[in-house]
Amino acid sequence: MTRGWGLRIYALIYLVFLFAPIILLPLFAFNSGKIIAFPLQGFSTTWFEELWTRTTLHQAVQNSLIIAVSVATLSTVLGICAARAGALDDYPFKGSMIGLVMLPLVLPEIILAVALLVIISKVLGISPSLWTIIMAHVLICTPYATAILNGAFQNLDKSFEEAAMDLGESRWGAFRLVTLPLVMPGIISAFLIAFIISLDEFIIAFFLSGNVTTMPVYIWGLRRQSDDLPIIMALGTILVTLSIALLIIAEFFRRRGMRRAGIKDTGGLL
Amino acid sequence: MAGGSFMSTGGRRSLLLLLPPFVYAILLMAVPIGAVIAISFTGPDGFSLANYGAVFSEPINVRGVVRGSLETGDLSWTPGLLPRSVYVSVAVTVATVLLAFPVAYFISFHVSPSRKSLWLFLITIPFWTSYLIRIFLWKVILGFSGVINSALIGIGLIDEPLTFLLYNANAVIITLSHAYAPFAILPIFVALEKIDRSLIEAAQDLGENRFTTFLRVTLPLSVPGIVAAVLIVFIPTIGDYVTPELVGGSGGLLIANRIQSLFLQVNDPGLGAALSVVTMAAVALVSLIFVFTCRRWLRSRS
Amino acid sequence: MKPLISLRGVQKYYGDYHALRGIDLDIMPGEFFSLLGPSGCGKTTLLRTIAGFEDVTSGTLTIDGKNMKGVAANLRPTNMVFQSYAIFPHLSVAQNVGFGLRTDPRSKQDKAKAVAEALEMVGLGGYGVRAAHALSGGQRQRVALARALILKPKVLLLDEPLSALDKKMREQMQVELIRLQRNVGITFILVTHDQEEALVMSDRIAVMFEGSIGQLADPETLYRRPNSRKVASFIGKMNFLPGRIAAMGETLTVEVAGLGQSEVAAEQAPGGTAVGDTLIGIRPETLAILFPGETTDRRTVEGVVDEVVYYGDMTYYDVKVPGIDVPLNLSMKNLIGRPVLDVGAPTKVIWDERSLVVLAH
Repeated sequence: MTRGWGLRIYALIYLVFLFAPIILLPLFAFNSGKIIAFPLQGFSTTWFEELWTRTTLHQAVQNSLIIAVSVATLSTVLGICAARAGALDDYPFKGSMIGLVMLPLVLPEIILAVALLVIISKVLGISPSLWTIIMAHVLICTPYATAILNGAFQNLDKSFEEAAMDLGESRWGAFRLVTLPLVMPGIISAFLIAFIISLDEFIIAFFLSGNVTTMPVYIWGLRRQSDDLPIIMALGTILVTLSIALLIIAEFFRRRGMRRAGIKDTGGLL
Repeated sequence: MAGGSFMSTGGRRSLLLLLPPFVYAILLMAVPIGAVIAISFTGPDGFSLANYGAVFSEPINVRGVVRGSLETGDLSWTPGLLPRSVYVSVAVTVATVLLAFPVAYFISFHVSPSRKSLWLFLITIPFWTSYLIRIFLWKVILGFSGVINSALIGIGLIDEPLTFLLYNANAVIITLSHAYAPFAILPIFVALEKIDRSLIEAAQDLGENRFTTFLRVTLPLSVPGIVAAVLIVFIPTIGDYVTPELVGGSGGLLIANRIQSLFLQVNDPGLGAALSVVTMAAVALVSLIFVFTCRRWLRSRS
Repeated sequence: MKPLISLRGVQKYYGDYHALRGIDLDIMPGEFFSLLGPSGCGKTTLLRTIAGFEDVTSGTLTIDGKNMKGVAANLRPTNMVFQSYAIFPHLSVAQNVGFGLRTDPRSKQDKAKAVAEALEMVGLGGYGVRAAHALSGGQRQRVALARALILKPKVLLLDEPLSALDKKMREQMQVELIRLQRNVGITFILVTHDQEEALVMSDRIAVMFEGSIGQLADPETLYRRPNSRKVASFIGKMNFLPGRIAAMGETLTVEVAGLGQSEVAAEQAPGGTAVGDTLIGIRPETLAILFPGETTDRRTVEGVVDEVVYYGDMTYYDVKVPGIDVPLNLSMKNLIGRPVLDVGAPTKVIWDERSLVVLAH
């Protein structure tokens, strides 16, 4: 388009600035120099090898993965409940109930972290553990899962499930054979998004971790050691590559699912 | 037989289905926040307002420190953490939303429909990479011997590294603006997409040029998206303590850092709780003022 | 013949909203039955109640002699064609049509044969492999029909099946639906707000208003002998004239504003009779213009042409007649040699006592 070329240039520059910091990651992860500054010293993979030797990091990664998978599963299930309940029929207090479920999206994380810490350690006297982090993460990931699944459920015609039942299926059969396949792209997206959010989440994990370290908490622990900055670059490169790969996979499945069901593409997560 | 509120059998089923996530939110969000509020009103002997007293009397929280005097003429006020945090969040919000609007407009109006989701996908990718890592990146970008300085020295633009880039409130503002950019773009985009294109054509048919059409039709109709973007950026940034700790230095610390230290280091949960409540109240107040101002502005135009 | 579907005193409340107010209805096996009425009259609610998607608040519903209370939709001998057709977009046409056969004990080949036959029956032979989401509106409707009929239900329920189609398609499908129903021989229950559609396709029609049945009859009776003003104005066009029943005996003595007194048969008062003021209805096509040069020995009344609307095959005239407040509306076929009158022309209107309908107020 010749019209709007000024906006296009602006948007492209904006994109460059958005990605610029991330591009630095692989740049300095493979840089042999210890200081994160120009000029580059030379190619080296020592930092990645160093990652391999740090056992505390391995434990943290393992914890993060366990948490993330659990959180993604639970959030997606709760998200399906909330989205399905929001898509059809009306009932009293529907709006406010769904509003409460979505509220964690707009609350500052520190407030949630503080509140949960108070309840868990001071009121209930439980010591923080993997499970407390999982429960907390599910709270903040469910709104995201719900938002994504809302889009998927809006696309459903209410008559689909009724038609399936009219043709002889039970309520569960109708859900399994008609609704679920049509909502599957949204489910995959929601799962992956919840997974990534949980993997990255720092504030709540830090407040509720106790003896359990997650990956972000580990990275935070390195912050005072400037020697370890290249390690962070290497770790960051791996994380970013992983996240982008997962996102591309999620997007691929979303588009394929929509193509198979003949639904129009309205822009993904929105 | 008849009477009672209207709820179909499908409605009853949906209500039951909503219970798991709803009860979960009550137990893990509403109840804990209630506990925080309760603790804020608790002193050593039960109910007390001592914590709130401390919030407003300790200079570091809200009051700040006033130096100098009217007579000597060099009055200066170093505000407490809460006003500074509000200022930083407002600055971040303004910067982010202002910079985001043209991008959202571009994608909505100047990108072919088949490419829109690609642009949105690209814009949200940085959001999905580790938040912590990104802040570390800004630390090394803005640092004394960091990327910007070494690049500028290398090119020969400057001889001495710039010191104003890092460890102050500006660094916090830059980092947060970068982090929250996608949050601002998406709601504005959604609102712009909803605008019926024939309204714009009608305005032009009635004699408006592109610019006045934007002012009189597009902008007012996009206000719900702008309001959403403002709230989505403003409210969470108040609660951010990671960014200030990593790039803020001592001059860039925010209220959330204090809350965090009160809970985890100083171990004064009562004061921490009171400070949290006051902070949330301040956030709610600013948000409400903003939303009402927008409504009044919209109403005054119609 | 025993009715296939019976409703007795069926009431349906949504909270405080009274959707169905005491429905009594018998639907016979093999008939093409329509529920006709304006939006909000309860016809779709009634259909969904028969299908099993809504519970009855009180009253009984029996299908084939069995009380349907507590019987879920998937266990009833009914199948439904939804207004949006509800074709499953993630399945092929054949998979859609064969959807209800999942628990059928027949072999895969037999099921495939049944699917192919069902598609042939609706005129979509060979469409089995196509993706369901790529079909046009008319094709989707046929798939919905095939999908429902393959299960050999006792009753086929159709919820405004033609409303999403354009006019030409609609007319074509009307003929096809009649043909289909005669071939298959089962009971069809159709919900529509289009009175032309109901008149064309149905054996009997129940006209509904605000949750109750206004009149239940075959199309000709409904058209020629509507029992109330509501039914009369919903179906076709009608002139309404104030009148009076002067006397009741073997025939009714009726005085009509502007037209004078006449004797009408009792059957021309389907809504009931009593001496006193009443409302008289006359269909436009039962009135005629006496063109210049023509003669008649039927009763006429003098008037002035007030408005002329030319429709191509017909011309509609509004004629102001002294004694009647509203002009009489009548239609004349545009035969060869027949002139079209001008506005303001004086004219005579021929009318017949046998076309009068005495309407209950």
